[in-house]
Amino acid sequence: MAETGVVRAGMMTAEEILAPSPGARLRKRIFGHFGLMLGGGVLLLIILMALLAGVLSPHDPYDQQLARKLIPPFWHTSPKVTWDHVLGTDHLGRDYLSRLLHGAQVSLIIGFAAMVISGVIGTVIGVLAGYFGGRVDMAVNFIITTRLSMPVVLVALAVVSIVGSSLTVVIWVLGLLIWDRFAVVMRSATQQVRSLEFVTAAEAVGCSPARILLTEIAPNVMNHLIVVATLEMAHAILLEAALSFLGLGVQPPTPSWGLMISEAKGLMYFDPWLISIPGVALFLLVLSINLVGDGLRDVSAPENRS
Amino acid sequence: MLAYSLKRLGVALLVALTVSLITFSMIYISGDPALAIAGEGARQQDVENIRRFYGFDRPIYVQYLDWLWSALHGDLGRSYNLRQPVADVIFQRLPTTMLLGACAITFALVLAIPLGVLAAVKPNSIFDRVSLTLAVIGQAMPSFWFALTLILWFGVYWRLLPITGQDSWWNFVMPSIALGYYVTPAVMRLTRAGMLEVLSSDYIRTARAKGLKPMRVLFKHALRNAIIPVVALAAVQFGFMLGGSIVIETIFQINGLGYLAWESIQRKDLPMMQAIVLVLSIIYVLITFLADMLNAFLDPRIRVA
Repeated sequence: MAETGVVRAGMMTAEEILAPSPGARLRKRIFGHFGLMLGGGVLLLIILMALLAGVLSPHDPYDQQLARKLIPPFWHTSPKVTWDHVLGTDHLGRDYLSRLLHGAQVSLIIGFAAMVISGVIGTVIGVLAGYFGGRVDMAVNFIITTRLSMPVVLVALAVVSIVGSSLTVVIWVLGLLIWDRFAVVMRSATQQVRSLEFVTAAEAVGCSPARILLTEIAPNVMNHLIVVATLEMAHAILLEAALSFLGLGVQPPTPSWGLMISEAKGLMYFDPWLISIPGVALFLLVLSINLVGDGLRDVSAPENRS
Repeated sequence: MLAYSLKRLGVALLVALTVSLITFSMIYISGDPALAIAGEGARQQDVENIRRFYGFDRPIYVQYLDWLWSALHGDLGRSYNLRQPVADVIFQRLPTTMLLGACAITFALVLAIPLGVLAAVKPNSIFDRVSLTLAVIGQAMPSFWFALTLILWFGVYWRLLPITGQDSWWNFVMPSIALGYYVTPAVMRLTRAGMLEVLSSDYIRTARAKGLKPMRVLFKHALRNAIIPVVALAAVQFGFMLGGSIVIETIFQINGLGYLAWESIQRKDLPMMQAIVLVLSIIYVLITFLADMLNAFLDPRIRVA
């Protein structure tokens, strides 16, 4: 291998040798993108907090102590403020910081799992429609149109209420509902790649459709897939929060950010921090995921590659 | 145009039929709807009675065809809880939700179109960047949390707007903002992209060369053409809003379809749930069909495809 490298280097001009390698250029694009770095940093922090929730939590998130209920967070000047409960306690005297940390786990697990399920469904039907076209495309288009015409939140709520709520049910219901954007994007991305010459060449040498899909199409639509995956994960997290807020998502006493806001709804006029803390957490998580998605789109866009 | 319209209409009808099938099967997801209504720990005899009373003992295709046939005649069944025909209740509540949706989409368009035009006139300016940043921030805010925050500031601290109910127009201000803000970024981006494309075209250069006033070129010549895709987007988003209003209506206690849906979901009022999902889906199908027609009418190139 080293030998071919030398031979190739011998044929390159001085400028080409001195120019940064493709990998270095990619690294420069990634690290030079402010939004991507900011979003990635915050997201990494939240993931770490979720992973280490058991270690970082100062208290048991389920431990109720009515004697210490509704302690305000540290920035308040109330005499009740204590460093033992940095972010205060809720209406049942449960430590808010511990619940927030464990709530991050719930959001991330549901968001990620629902994204994987919807990603598999949407990618499979989208790629098939884009590659085969014709009747397959028509059928897939019909399925997508039908799915889009049904209101997501309403159907999710109805199904959860009929089946009964649990973490698994919420994941499956969301996963089976939000694959539409995957399908739409993967369909058009596949259509684009399919019309390129290397696919025609692969067909000409007699490659099977399965081989073309896996080795020619898949690597070239991957960047679109990753971008949609991040955006849909954010979407799933927001939907879970909305379901939990309406009382049909994650069930108490499990700490979920949406549920925390729901439980604090009646108290928000007196203790507004009860809704602002989980609300800001939710906002930061979704914002960071969206920033990562937008950043990856910018970085992987072909016009930036030269 | 006729061939295109007929083809679209056929697809729309087929979608509506499929939606009706899915909506109907929704109550069978848990297996036995009679058991779901009776609740846990019900006596076998009671479950049997419920099954016979609501007709769950008939073959499933008979139930579906019966339900579909009645639905086509405007009979969507009787509510288990309200003891009234479902259709009556729904059409009593629908105008409120439509009004809320219309207010919300108006808010979104009034905010987003001028912002999009301004961003396109001066691309990559400070203004363009700020509005883009606001769009990114806006899309990350959970709508229910945004609604509660609005209530807290505008209703409780500053006492500017009523918090709940629907007695006056003022009651619709906060719900419309909470429902509409989520659409603004998409409309803004589309307006910006459309304007950028149109502004670089030849006829705009001609209009400018003729010495027309910049405002006239911008609004009469450019925006008119750039707005076409925005119309379709707004229609589709309006359809989404009707479904999404459930969260906003519950928070602001607006007695529309969303609130009704939430109540019936809480009480497991199956015919009501089915009917609301069906009605909202059909409205969405209708809206997208009309948007398609409007687009084809405005842009003849679409008709050929």
